[in-house]
Amino acid sequence: MTEYSEQLLKKPLREGWLNRFQVLALLAITLVAIICQFYLPRLIPNIEFLEVPLLLTIYFGLMRQNQLSALFFGAFVGLAQDSLSHLPLGMYGIAKTLVGYFAASVGVRFDVDNGFVRFTLTFFFFFFHQFFYWIMRRALLGQIVPLDPQRILLQALLNAIVAVPLFMILDRMNLSGS
Amino acid sequence: MQEPRVVEAILSRYRNLIILAIVIVAQLLLVAWQVRTSHDVRLIRIWAVTTVTPLAGVTEAVRRNTIGFLEDYFILLDVREQNRKLRQDNDRLKMENIYYRNQLTTAENSRALSAFQLQSASKTVAARIIGNGTASSAQVVFIDRGSTSGVAKGMAVVTPDGIVGKVIAAYPLASQVLLVTDPTFSVGVESQKAHIHGTLTCNGSNCVVDYIQNEEKVDPGEWFYTSGEDRIFPRGFPVGTAASVKSGEFMKDIHLNLSGAPGAADEVLVVLHGVHQLIPDTPPEQRMTQSLPAPPPDATPGPQTPKLATQADKIKQQYVDIGQEQNHAYGAIGSNMPNYNKPPAAPAQSPAQPETMSKPAAKPAALPAVRAVPPPSGILGARKPAPAKQPVTEKPSQVDNGPVLPLGAPRKKAPAPPQP
Repeated sequence: MTEYSEQLLKKPLREGWLNRFQVLALLAITLVAIICQFYLPRLIPNIEFLEVPLLLTIYFGLMRQNQLSALFFGAFVGLAQDSLSHLPLGMYGIAKTLVGYFAASVGVRFDVDNGFVRFTLTFFFFFFHQFFYWIMRRALLGQIVPLDPQRILLQALLNAIVAVPLFMILDRMNLSGS
Repeated sequence: MQEPRVVEAILSRYRNLIILAIVIVAQLLLVAWQVRTSHDVRLIRIWAVTTVTPLAGVTEAVRRNTIGFLEDYFILLDVREQNRKLRQDNDRLKMENIYYRNQLTTAENSRALSAFQLQSASKTVAARIIGNGTASSAQVVFIDRGSTSGVAKGMAVVTPDGIVGKVIAAYPLASQVLLVTDPTFSVGVESQKAHIHGTLTCNGSNCVVDYIQNEEKVDPGEWFYTSGEDRIFPRGFPVGTAASVKSGEFMKDIHLNLSGAPGAADEVLVVLHGVHQLIPDTPPEQRMTQSLPAPPPDATPGPQTPKLATQADKIKQQYVDIGQEQNHAYGAIGSNMPNYNKPPAAPAQSPAQPETMSKPAAKPAALPAVRAVPPPSGILGARKPAPAKQPVTEKPSQVDNGPVLPLGAPRKKAPAPPQP
């Protein structure tokens, strides 16, 4: 194992977030993320690729490193997103629950303060989220929606690029309690 | 004693995984219940929409009123750096121009919508798009009109240019609209020329008309209109033009260019009460062109009669009248010769007679400045009928040229005083 890989896998000690976590701020930032998803495409065209609620779920999963809280947070964000979509409640909820859980599981093993790790994990989780959502739409709802892997990969790349500075801003706000 | 410990150990070890499974299964059951019963968890959606849409509406209003000025400000700063002295006045005027142009555009958009509302037979309500749906494909938008404005699920959403989508959920202050570009949305359409029916489905901007057989005739560039068969859009709304028409294995492969730009519209109309209309013969852009109104009819009251310019026209018309009166068909074999000497039964009704003769004293002031002439005698040289009494009318103020004399009479001045 090289020095760099050891550095990536090294996990700094984190404090319990229940003591420091600002619940109201978390709710507010979730609301802002939902509004961004709701309103931003009207303001800035061609920004529909940006999945701010998903990025928030990934961030809290990675930084919180608690599987239970991450999966519940993912379910909450997903259901909130579902309630503003035209599909049945639970579609985004299931996908984001899994993303939150896996992000927290991965966050235990990696140094998630590293920008490259954040970039890679966001890229992977975005692709997983979109692919899983497409599968559920076909399997549960019977909707034949075309899958465009190249487009999803490009969107994953763009979201990963946006995620790195966004996570730094969230770090400064210290919302994760980490 | 050992079994509970094993269970406890499993529960403690796989606690997170078990909770994950419970949460996933619970949501799966929620989805299954909604799909199976076609019911919706409406309360949660109402809470979410009522929380988010007012914020988005306020943000949109603030953006509309401020961001234009901010953009102008930054533009102005940039121009100042380049040439502050010379362009200062120009920039001020430019900013004002942009402002007024924006105002004008807004007014024109609103006027176009109002004009369309008045023109359309369907009852509509104008709405503004305030946000997109949160699904990744984002073929859903929210409008700022809800059930309090009369909007209900299933109503069509259109613009004067074309169709936009349908209302899939109506909340008190907002409604959710599924755009026509969504892959799960289908619209019944009808071609303009041959009235061929098909089904429009879109995947983003790629729109295809299905179920039109190869034998049917559809030309590229031909307009398609809503057929009304989907029970959403009233018949007769423009949908778009055929971009390409190809023959497939069984059905035609027709790609359509939507005319309504569903994703780019800012203001839309919700059809509260649709009225089916006929498919127009002309494309919408030709109908939209402004043309002058038809000229007003002549002010002369009464039946319009052909104006007979010459004496020959009047005589010809008299022959026609005589022929019609005596049931004679000119040029027909076996038709007797008409009696041209017989005076017409009602010469005043003849369109060949001037109106001054038919109603001599009805409205003296309205008489034209033409002297009354005796009725034509039919055939030249035939015995002249008894002279009709000259109606007592006010003499026109124009120069009196004397009475009209018979053919061949020497022209001389009328004796004074004139005959009664």
